[in-house]
Amino acid sequence: MSESISPSNHDAGPFELVCPAGSLPALKAAVDNGADCVYLGFRDATNARNFAGLNFDAAAIAQGIAYARARGRKVLLALNTYPQPGMEALWRGAIERAHGAGVDAVILADPGLMRFAAENFPELRLHLSVQGSATNVEAIALYRRQFGIARAVLPRVLSLAQVEHVVANTDVEIEVFGFGSLCVMVEGRCALSSYATGESPNTHGVCSPARAVRWEQGPRGLESRLNGVLIDRYGEHEHASYPTLCKGRFDVADETYYAIEEPASLNTLELLPRLLEVGVAAVKIEGRQRSPAYVAQVTRVWRAAIDAARANAARYTVKPDWMTALNALAEGQQHTLGAYHRAWK
Amino acid sequence: MMKIAVGPLLYYWPRASVLAFYEEVAAGPADIVYLGETVCSRRHELRAADWLAVAELLRGAGKEVVLSSLALIESSADVTALRRLAGNGRFDIEANDMGAVQLMQGRPFVAGPHLNVYNGGTLALLHRLGARRWVMPLEMSRKALDVLQAARPAGMETEVFALGRMPLAFSARCFTARHRNLPKDDCRFSCIAHPDGLRMDTREGQPFLVLNGIQTQSAAVYNLAGQFDALAASGVDVLRISPQSRHTAQIVNQFHGLRLGTVAPDDAAANIAALLPDAACDGYWHGRPGLELCGRAA
Repeated sequence: MSESISPSNHDAGPFELVCPAGSLPALKAAVDNGADCVYLGFRDATNARNFAGLNFDAAAIAQGIAYARARGRKVLLALNTYPQPGMEALWRGAIERAHGAGVDAVILADPGLMRFAAENFPELRLHLSVQGSATNVEAIALYRRQFGIARAVLPRVLSLAQVEHVVANTDVEIEVFGFGSLCVMVEGRCALSSYATGESPNTHGVCSPARAVRWEQGPRGLESRLNGVLIDRYGEHEHASYPTLCKGRFDVADETYYAIEEPASLNTLELLPRLLEVGVAAVKIEGRQRSPAYVAQVTRVWRAAIDAARANAARYTVKPDWMTALNALAEGQQHTLGAYHRAWK
Repeated sequence: MMKIAVGPLLYYWPRASVLAFYEEVAAGPADIVYLGETVCSRRHELRAADWLAVAELLRGAGKEVVLSSLALIESSADVTALRRLAGNGRFDIEANDMGAVQLMQGRPFVAGPHLNVYNGGTLALLHRLGARRWVMPLEMSRKALDVLQAARPAGMETEVFALGRMPLAFSARCFTARHRNLPKDDCRFSCIAHPDGLRMDTREGQPFLVLNGIQTQSAAVYNLAGQFDALAASGVDVLRISPQSRHTAQIVNQFHGLRLGTVAPDDAAANIAALLPDAACDGYWHGRPGLELCGRAA
């Protein structure tokens, strides 16, 4: 067994570090570096990171759960796409497999699937996925009342004050995104990807799918296309990014710019004491598509930061070496506080 | 006979334009009119009381009036406004967020296109919670719709967004204000300068998307007029026409001609295509990328 970092114990309520695992090595990296929970998906369209070569079959899940359990950590299973008509059996079967495998919770977006889970496996803990798009206390109350959800993951659109209001007005645990690729749109309410490619997070568990990406060296520079649509074009010394369609440069009224969003990563390290203070229950790291080395690095930094903030919130500062480590991993090497910070909007 | 609905106004128009638009709708053949602000709580050319006055005008003209709720509820003020809307007591509401469904507490409502009804299980649940009509998600294909229709709860009407630039995404960020380098809190109501939204083209001039405040739309205009027979065969009850700044009345008339049988679907589709702010598309209906135009029935 490799060197392992354990979460520290504190008297305050739980504050879980929830880390991504796209593979068994990534799961081990997350656990070894101090994740309280890892989340993962089956190798099919039932989760929102349905990428080739990623995710878990039954044997890998069993191994992953055993590895995490032996170290006192939890495994959450994302089943957070919307069952497509006539194919519900795939998603329902996934609930049964998740229950059989003994995961600590399933992360769901679809109300019909939640009802199936609540009726057939009442002891199975339900988390409302960010793809469920619940941004307000009344929406969360509906999922609580209808299905008894234990936790809701908030879309990356609320300000810190709005997060605080939600936490104060629900008895459902609230999980927020802390780090990783930034969705500028409300999750679960974005069909831009299917508009361009036919496949979206809601329907196929993908955004701007790799199969639709083409890179071409044109006379005016390196061009990235998504199903033929020009997403960006790069000059000789520019850093090229994956053509997520909302993060390209486009023309609006004769001006060329990042009309929707720059390629930047969300990083809320500096908000950690406030997240603890307002009663957020968990912070999520995005990136099931990322490598075990990435997961290890991000998890290690966040573990250290959370432990520092919980040990002494008043004296907490973001350490330069944390930022150096995270900046090296960020999309476009840029960071943003996203919607938590009002000026971003 | 299939019903025609005029969807909620997705843009920010001057008050006089809005009132003139609904007077024209009142005089036309649409059966259902969805009213109210669904995009941005900062827009205020019409206040809640003004929308209710328009609603009474349309009801007086024999229209079924439905008040549409905001799609993205963020602040506690948004929740308060939603609570008031849900309890208005005079008109049904279109729920565009699960928070609205919760606040209806079992009273009848229309499940709007942003509720993510992708399967029969969810449709049945919403029916149990009071939905009497549902609007198909924009990205759903006819093939998928037919599966849902086969298991449709008794008494549930099905509505399809049949004409207009498609509202594809919502954000906390205002892209129209961003275009002017303004913060959202000081947007200076920039949307009012763009009665059909602000178009975003690729760097080789392909119209791609439209910025409409916090909403992002398709640049191409969804046009299912040519699919009228397929829509009828799939048991669709209501066709939604989304308001645009010009020619909406003529478009409604074309759909009316379709249901009367006085115009053929291909002709109506061509007639309507000439009235749109951009090229037509219909890919989603055919199970294709939304921006494609497949044309005749697949």
